Amino acid sequence: MSDVVRLEYRNVTMRFVERSGKSLTAVEGVSLSVGDGEVVSLIGPSGCGKSTLLNIGSGLCAPSEGEAFVGGERVEGPNAHVAFMLQKDLLLPWRTVLENVMFGVEIQGLPLAERKRRAQALLENFHLFDFAGHYPHQLSGGMRQRVALARTLAIDPSVLLLDEPFSAVDAQTRMALQRELAQTLKREAKTALLITHDLLEAVTLSDRVLVMSRRPGRIIEEIRIDLPQRDDPIARRQEPRVNEYVGRLMDRLDISHVEVAGASA
Amino acid sequence: MNGAANSGLARRGTVLSLAVLVVFLAAWQWGPGLLGIPPFIIPPLSTVYHEFLRMLAVSALMTHTGITAAEVIAGFVLGSLLGAFFGYILGMSPTAEFALSPYILALQIAPKVAFAPLFILWMGFTVYPKILVAILIVFFPVMVNVLSAIRTVDPDLINLARAFKATRAQIFWKIEFPASLPPLFAGLRIASTLAVVGVVVGELVGGNMGLGYLLAFGEGQANTAMVFVAILMLTVVGGIAYLAVILIEQRVLHYLPRRAFSAT
Repeated sequence: MSDVVRLEYRNVTMRFVERSGKSLTAVEGVSLSVGDGEVVSLIGPSGCGKSTLLNIGSGLCAPSEGEAFVGGERVEGPNAHVAFMLQKDLLLPWRTVLENVMFGVEIQGLPLAERKRRAQALLENFHLFDFAGHYPHQLSGGMRQRVALARTLAIDPSVLLLDEPFSAVDAQTRMALQRELAQTLKREAKTALLITHDLLEAVTLSDRVLVMSRRPGRIIEEIRIDLPQRDDPIARRQEPRVNEYVGRLMDRLDISHVEVAGASA
Repeated sequence: MNGAANSGLARRGTVLSLAVLVVFLAAWQWGPGLLGIPPFIIPPLSTVYHEFLRMLAVSALMTHTGITAAEVIAGFVLGSLLGAFFGYILGMSPTAEFALSPYILALQIAPKVAFAPLFILWMGFTVYPKILVAILIVFFPVMVNVLSAIRTVDPDLINLARAFKATRAQIFWKIEFPASLPPLFAGLRIASTLAVVGVVVGELVGGNMGLGYLLAFGEGQANTAMVFVAILMLTVVGGIAYLAVILIEQRVLHYLPRRAFSAT
């Protein structure tokens, strides 16, 4: 990990105007930076604007105030250095697995041979090579999410923005996917900002965890995860200090006092 | 196991289906006689069959059927193209939809077949007014389906493409257009049967060509069997049109999980 800052938010505030005309502040004065090759998780109550930060980072929407930078360049719109992945796999049902993985590089206009080479290498990596000609509906949820991850990596981004990428798959598949992601991030030295509700996921996958407050979202805590083996979350789970970190995050999120009605807002 | 269960279902279903056909044909042949219904109300199957042979020989039945079929195809193709075109345009331009939706709604509420006499006044006893009625009646289900398909494309899919720096054209051709195909085909299925309705109404109103004309002619002659033959041939024309749509749909939408294509 170097000291180069790969992704940075400077004093970002985002306001939306609701249909009623009332202005709503989703995030307020958020500053954070993610170093090159670092994995940072963002946790916080529902509706605290985590996904808004992700949209700003990927250039899909511009902040009301403040700026976002990727690799030192100000984010003015979508750019090839950033790729995002959501809870939904967003696979196109009319494309085969191979064609889905090629989707991003196809839009970017890479020659067909090169896109095929990249997609096939990724499918090989994710043990999906035999499914290259399958359609998404023929795959399990975990496999679909792996295809989505391969598509995200195919454009060779330096920054990955991940919005609860594994929250829709079952617990065992999730652990396998987390390990694959952790290994890939390490091997390719990618920078990642991971949004999650899963405290254990945040602790086992990250170098740092940032805690956000309820709306308007602000960063209220930063916890450095001093554990070995960031590339193997399953091994990391065995670390006794994992529970300590999870406990601290629970305290900080004030989980025991959250009313269910409030949490679903 | 699932496959075996399905093929068992298919076999039982086919047997039952054929049994229904046999019962129906038998009831048609002997039912009217048994119930004392005169042949000018319901002619038995054999009478209708003889009338069919007579019309083949004397009334140029196949020529009339061919004319009707050609009108159906022309109306269906042109109406579908126009409907799809406007569906895409309105789907992509909320302003255009907002501005035009009251007029589209008014046209949609107006019974399209009522335009038939007007079109005949305009274009005379040719094939064109029939095709025009078919175009008008086909247009709406196709347009509405395409419009709502474009509207309901997952915005996250669009964002995904935007994040890859897709152009507007790329978003349309790589996301919106393929996403609209299943609803488009649902619209085309409905349109294929409606096209027959449009053409027949046009032929009933005026002219001396097509199955609609034979229908009106048979009525004038009090030849009930002739009316039956015309109805059957119209059903055949509509059935072939519907089947053609389904065959194309199966080829185009081959990536969808297998589903029943039998009913609408």
